[in-house]
Amino acid sequence: MNPFPLSPVCLANFHEGARHTPEDDRVIGSLLLSLVLLLALGGCASPAKQAEVKAPGSAATTTALADRPGPPGLNDPNSPLSKRVIYFDYDSSTIKPEYVEILRAHARYVATTPKAKVMLEGHTDERGTREYNLALAEDRANAVRRFMRAEGAAAAQLGLLSFGEEKPTQPGQGEPVWALNRRVELVY
Amino acid sequence: MTVNTGSFLGRFLLPLLFLALGASGVPRAELTIEIVGGQEGAQPIAVAPFALEGGVGPAPDDLAQVIAADLARTGRFKPLPRQDMPPTPPTVEGVELRDWRVLGMNNLVAGQINRRPDGYYEVHFALFDVYSGEQLANMSLPSSAADLRHTAHRIADIVYERLTGLPGAFTSRLAYVTSEWGVDGQRVTLRVADADGHNPQTIVASKEPLLSPAWSPDGRRLAYVSFENRQTAVFIQELTTGRRELVASFPGINSAPAWSPDGRQLALTLSKDGNPEIYILDLGTRALRRLTDHPGIDTEPAWSPDGREIFFTSGRGGDPQIYRMSALGGEPTRVTFTGDYNGRPSLSPDGRSLVMVTRVNGQFRIALMDLATQSTRLLSRGGLDESPSFAPNGSMVIYATQSNGRGVLAVVSTDGKVGQRLSQDAGEVREPAWSPPPR
Repeated sequence: MNPFPLSPVCLANFHEGARHTPEDDRVIGSLLLSLVLLLALGGCASPAKQAEVKAPGSAATTTALADRPGPPGLNDPNSPLSKRVIYFDYDSSTIKPEYVEILRAHARYVATTPKAKVMLEGHTDERGTREYNLALAEDRANAVRRFMRAEGAAAAQLGLLSFGEEKPTQPGQGEPVWALNRRVELVY
Repeated sequence: MTVNTGSFLGRFLLPLLFLALGASGVPRAELTIEIVGGQEGAQPIAVAPFALEGGVGPAPDDLAQVIAADLARTGRFKPLPRQDMPPTPPTVEGVELRDWRVLGMNNLVAGQINRRPDGYYEVHFALFDVYSGEQLANMSLPSSAADLRHTAHRIADIVYERLTGLPGAFTSRLAYVTSEWGVDGQRVTLRVADADGHNPQTIVASKEPLLSPAWSPDGRRLAYVSFENRQTAVFIQELTTGRRELVASFPGINSAPAWSPDGRQLALTLSKDGNPEIYILDLGTRALRRLTDHPGIDTEPAWSPDGREIFFTSGRGGDPQIYRMSALGGEPTRVTFTGDYNGRPSLSPDGRSLVMVTRVNGQFRIALMDLATQSTRLLSRGGLDESPSFAPNGSMVIYATQSNGRGVLAVVSTDGKVGQRLSQDAGEVREPAWSPPPR
């Protein structure tokens, strides 16, 4: 059974050379941090809705990711595995220090659980052009994948998707909203 | 011009399930147009109501109103309000020019519609120079009842061309994406409407995002990006039949389609080799050729009108900037040097300038750049403006902007003097693409 029916071949998409954009140092306030925490605890992306329009050779592509059992600790707020969204600075794909432990925990779990698969879903805020943001969101997901590979996760266990600015988690505008939308979600 | 759609492609063609050419169940929300900006220097013109002769039945569309609205939207003309007009002449021949001279008109369009026994119409119109009395145009256009609005746009094209020396763009069309949230989630549609926002038709509907519609040079097909399979894919769809083909569904990003001017190739962005690069897909042979090679982001390709060059956005220098290179390959050269964000280039029909998204003081705006002098002028005043696209005659640029936090479209003349806003009653409108000239 294919664990990644959505995009099986994208697992071969591993790449070492992608560029990090220079960090745009922004201080995110404590309000934002608590929002981040709330969001992380509250769970992440819902499964894809079945598309109305089907492409050739790709019928029945969508299965409910949420139905698959996740790692233990996924819903334990004390476990770093319960945090499955990490956030980025504006126009940056650099993993910030505060997310290193979370990603390391996920990488270790994946590395020690051969059956585990995780989809890394990249997003941006709405600023800038849609196509460039599609590329930037992929760059973020790639940065997470590189990190998890370096921490021992196998390439075949790490899927990658880019949604650009198309799926904001928060509506509205302003830096607090944008900060929550610049993210990579880890979907088991 | 037609692209080879031989048997190899044939097996990728499939009828589109959600094709809805004015079908029931699809909201036919028209784009409403609001003109913003001054009309200083606009020429006074009168478009008298077209009298209807012959036959019985429902009155056809108000053609004079359609023509006057077309001309007003350019900012170059100031049509006389109907209530200020003298009584309508019953025929073109019956026009008394002195009636219009005293009203200060430079030009008058008068016409009549004859209903033929077979149900077709004959639309006869004349364009007068009110002072010299000269007829600058006088012709008869046959039209079906369904095509009457289109015939009015054709007349507006002729009037505009005779008075300005430039081709009109009123018979062109707009493609755009709409998004609405309902009880069962998001509904995203790709639509095509007349240039005045009328006659919108849903080309494809999805619960997942659609973006980057691109017209084929013959105006018969659209390439676009769909997330319907969660991952991006590029489709090409025939407008009249709804048949479509999947042209790119590689691992990673499949996006930013752009047709070559001869319609034989599609430039697009793929990240199948690890990071976003620009490729050229030969639509006849399906051969794929990689154009760029850099670990930074390369995307948003746009062809020069002569088909020799590709302009694109690249992050190779740290910030997104526009570069250009031969469509055959080679080293890119940088085009933009001012500011820390310049992207999404689109070339003018004469190839002398480009429009792009630029960041100024944290605001994303549309800018026009002269390629010879590198002088740049801002065309928009929003904060999140994007997706600029030239009208086929190069006189105007359509782009996406925000109004009261809602996505709307805006059109601005390339001199920046006059603009229009196109919005829907509900939901967001974005990703506009202006069609090539009709053939």
